[in-house]
Amino acid sequence: MAETATATPEVVLSLKGLRKNFGGLRVTDDVSLDVRCGEIHAVIGPNGAGKTTLIHQISGFLQPDAGQVFLGGSDITALSPDKRARAGLTRSFQITSILPGFSALENAALAVQARSGSSFRFFGTVADEAALNSEALAMLSEVGLAERAATPAGLLSHGEKRALECAIALAMQPKVMLLDEPMAGAGHDEGQRLIALMMRLKATIPMLLVEHDMDAVFRVADRVSVLVYGRIIATGTPDAIRANPQVREAYLGEEVAHA
Amino acid sequence: MPRSSRIIPLLLFAALAVVPLLGLFIRDGYILNLVSRVMILAIAALALDLILGFGALVSFGHAAFIGIGAYAMGILASHGHDGFFTGLVVALAASALFALITGAISLRTRGVYFIMITLAFGQMAFYTASSLRAYGGDDGLTVAARSLVMGAKLLKDDRLFYYVVLASLIAAYVLCRAIVASRFGRVLQGAKQNPQRMQAIGFNPYPYQLAAYVISGMIGGLSGFLLANLTEFVSPAYMSWQRSGELIVMVVMGGMGSLHGAIIGAAAFLLLEEWLSGFTEHWKVIFGPMLVLIVMFMRGGILGFVQRLAGGRHG
Repeated sequence: MAETATATPEVVLSLKGLRKNFGGLRVTDDVSLDVRCGEIHAVIGPNGAGKTTLIHQISGFLQPDAGQVFLGGSDITALSPDKRARAGLTRSFQITSILPGFSALENAALAVQARSGSSFRFFGTVADEAALNSEALAMLSEVGLAERAATPAGLLSHGEKRALECAIALAMQPKVMLLDEPMAGAGHDEGQRLIALMMRLKATIPMLLVEHDMDAVFRVADRVSVLVYGRIIATGTPDAIRANPQVREAYLGEEVAHA
Repeated sequence: MPRSSRIIPLLLFAALAVVPLLGLFIRDGYILNLVSRVMILAIAALALDLILGFGALVSFGHAAFIGIGAYAMGILASHGHDGFFTGLVVALAASALFALITGAISLRTRGVYFIMITLAFGQMAFYTASSLRAYGGDDGLTVAARSLVMGAKLLKDDRLFYYVVLASLIAAYVLCRAIVASRFGRVLQGAKQNPQRMQAIGFNPYPYQLAAYVISGMIGGLSGFLLANLTEFVSPAYMSWQRSGELIVMVVMGGMGSLHGAIIGAAAFLLLEEWLSGFTEHWKVIFGPMLVLIVMFMRGGILGFVQRLAGGRHG
């Protein structure tokens, strides 16, 4: 089953012929791509190209009609989202998704808890578990949220919530990260910080990045795939994508020329 | 945890502990009986708050567990098995089993569907009890005496029985408090806030919610077992859907998600009911609107109201 996926050993995440229909509408059309060690692979495309649907299928929140998803060489197509997460696949959400009633620290600690021992423990105060807290705090520091550790996550600013999502993702120690428009709604400074963070992390955590912000994509991505009407029309280096006449015609045109 | 959430339960339990001393002055079993009943239903409300307040699981059939606990005691006693511990163990086991089966199915649904399906299971238990002709059917079953402790009729003494109930309430409270603060409790509360995020972190909420549902059901069974001992009577009415609704009202009225709020809610509900019904037989006409007003104007229930009074800055 994994024979084609592991053709190159450095591939971490690989999609093979994913297909998804919503009624008569084909939203994902034979999509194959891979994410290699140490790279940021960006997927760009106009609104409605099926980017978020693709993320949902990779993370398991939607089942594809056909095709497979491989993580580190093993087929995870049949796994539920939580099993995929435990296998090392982490995703962010386009719309901020945190646990608003918990403090920032508790949010991150829960992610540490998920991969460290059983959570069917009914006794022992979790708030006193030093191992969880110190690791969670380290993750918050990584994204610049250490001072906000005790603040309820629901009261954080939008940018801080985005940063908290990154801390949660880091706390999971993933093999690969799926980022669904992380720059959306981020201010200029927050955006710059996120870009710096991605550049710093990509050596250890390869990423599949879905993003609208072309400027950001062309700065951080090692490879870019262009998704139009659910179909990948080109994959290549940022320069190759910029120069690709088919891409220009189908979608980017002006935007790429200026980026 | 705010300081008040440590002080209030302590005050509450201390107040409950001195109630029997009143009996030294007033020679009357009435108060003892009433407060025992309050505490027993407070245990059931506590059970509901564990899944409602911390898991957002609105069970509209929780009275079924009271009934199962009560019938376990009644049926065993009618066959001559009148030991306290035997009865308790069977009551807990039966409610755990019922919770496991109904929970496994109910928890596959969400929101209104969960409410409806728990109601349906509750009604199923109600009609099953009504059809038990050998055990009184609709009329219920009179139990000869309270359970025996090591063959002795210790619980015949109302004051001693009162303290057994109080100890059960405290034990249930401490257990729930520990669960809520544990790793398990954190997962349960996370699933209440954002199940999708929990899945993305790597938690499937279902087994955690099911475990919480079973624990809650068992605490409900404990309540029923004690209720049958208090009244020396068992009836399908213990598990009517109205009673399930009352449990929800108690929890909401007292203040969801605090545990001691459920105790306060149960006390407020039952004492208000008792007091109003002393005036007029149409007490429900007054009681209904009062509940509406409490829910409307006391956000966070009675407990939330008290906390706002105590520390205005939390407003």
